[in-house]
Amino acid sequence: MLNPEKIRADFPILSRKFKGKRLAYLDNAATTQKPVQVLQAMDEFYRNHNANPHRGAYTLISEATDLYESARRNIAHFIGAKPEEVIFTRNATESLNLVAFVACQEAKPGARILLTQMEHHSNIVPWQLAAKRLRLKIRYAKMRSNGTLCMEDMPKEFEGEPFIFSFTHVSNVLGTINNAAKLIRLARKAGSLVCIDAAQSVPHMPVDVRELGCDFLAFSGHKMLGPAGIGVLYMRKELQETLPPFLGGGDMIKSVSFEESEWNSPPYKYEAGTPNVAGAVGLSAAVDYLKTAGMQKIAAHEQKLADYCRKELSHLPKIRFHGPRNGAGIVSFNIGRIHAHDVGQFADEDGIAIRTGHHCAQPLMKLLGEPATARASFYLYNTQEEADKLAASMKRAAKTLG
Amino acid sequence: MYRENILDHYKHPRNRGKIEHADSSAHDLNPLCGDEITYYLKFESGKVSEIKFEGSACAICLASASMLTEEVKDKKLEEARTYGKEALLSTVGIDPGPTRLKCALLPLKVFKLALYKHLGKKITEEDEKLV
Ligand SMILES: Cc1ncc(COP(=O)(O)O)c(C=O)c1O
Repeated sequence: MLNPEKIRADFPILSRKFKGKRLAYLDNAATTQKPVQVLQAMDEFYRNHNANPHRGAYTLISEATDLYESARRNIAHFIGAKPEEVIFTRNATESLNLVAFVACQEAKPGARILLTQMEHHSNIVPWQLAAKRLRLKIRYAKMRSNGTLCMEDMPKEFEGEPFIFSFTHVSNVLGTINNAAKLIRLARKAGSLVCIDAAQSVPHMPVDVRELGCDFLAFSGHKMLGPAGIGVLYMRKELQETLPPFLGGGDMIKSVSFEESEWNSPPYKYEAGTPNVAGAVGLSAAVDYLKTAGMQKIAAHEQKLADYCRKELSHLPKIRFHGPRNGAGIVSFNIGRIHAHDVGQFADEDGIAIRTGHHCAQPLMKLLGEPATARASFYLYNTQEEADKLAASMKRAAKTLG
Repeated sequence: MYRENILDHYKHPRNRGKIEHADSSAHDLNPLCGDEITYYLKFESGKVSEIKFEGSACAICLASASMLTEEVKDKKLEEARTYGKEALLSTVGIDPGPTRLKCALLPLKVFKLALYKHLGKKITEEDEKLV
């Protein structure tokens, strides 16, 4: 079992008071708070080891390069990948844009892309851009009203033999945990490449790319206690060797002449320009923190809090929950006709941060028939007391505005 | 934020509904939060003679939409045209803060759209400052 009170002591922001009240931060699906271990690691890098890695021969460079590469090894090990399969990007969004760009580049007009109806905008728009540029077709696998994919219909969705299937591991709106193993089996049978948006899974549960057997997997550092501005794309090594590059520039080339260039080897082929070393170092410290807490334990803790929160909120008249009960640590809801904005405002006045709005998933919101929902999303530092606070605040909102 | 007058207009909105055969109407939404407001207007002897609204929105937006109808009803067209955000916000009576300002002001924007449609005028940069 985790001890969230002890964990909280590592997060300076969590002791800040808002309107005299201790902050209850329940918007972890948007971004997470940072422990001192992460802040110190980054500070130490800039104070003592800052240089531009891979670009010269002096001692500081080899220190910066070592820190950058050991961060890569640590993160690779965390997700069961080889170090050269971990490409550093800015965030999950950039990772998904990279995949959409390089994987579609050689597709013939009319070729199909399969997505699902529960994707975040960042796993829809990059594909739409590629589809428009290269005249490809996009299909969205259907979702049931309870917020899970229609698994019975899934074999049919693959009938057009999509060359790539990209899906979210965990829905940021609904908390649905998709059955990745089964989806990947179906995709392989249809001969599709597989890309996973793991922005909401890698931070919250054990994820192993070898076990999953996917080709691409994207996530963001800031959603897992790390800094903003560093993200990861796992890309299978053989694919890195055959697919075209994404951005061009320094570090991604082996040799350049005025006529043409030769690409660097994996993963550098996909890391153009000076990298975010402090970001990688911070993310590596975040991974250490998560490993110490234990991913299994984090998942269990969040699930327990989400169940408890749902139970407490279910006493409110006219509450509607979205998404399945056995999901991740995300509780998405509406109360009667009260607009989610008002719900969020009430929470804020009680020192509680929850997200309200469309959660960057407008097509999904349309399917739910809600212009906006309120969402509480938990992490390792959240407590049952915070779920109680939210329930009390929501009771007040329902009474005043219902 | 949820003061008496706001809750009153939210729970008992004034002039809510549709005007069949309105002289002008307009609809707009705030894409970020999904607030939606429609105004219906009738004019007589150079005045706003009737005004109603429909909408699905947060309490701040709905209360502001309701208060606006009371504010501009029976105003001369020119007065209605120059009715601005300071006036509306002081009637609403709260400082909505940067995140909710758009909610409070969406009704004014929609009202102006309907009014300018009737006047057959384009909204100039000068006019935009009012909303
Ligand atoms: C499921 C999912 N995918 C992708 C993203 C995009 O993450 P980022 O904005 O860090 O690129 C998010 C973040 O909200 C998300 O929840």
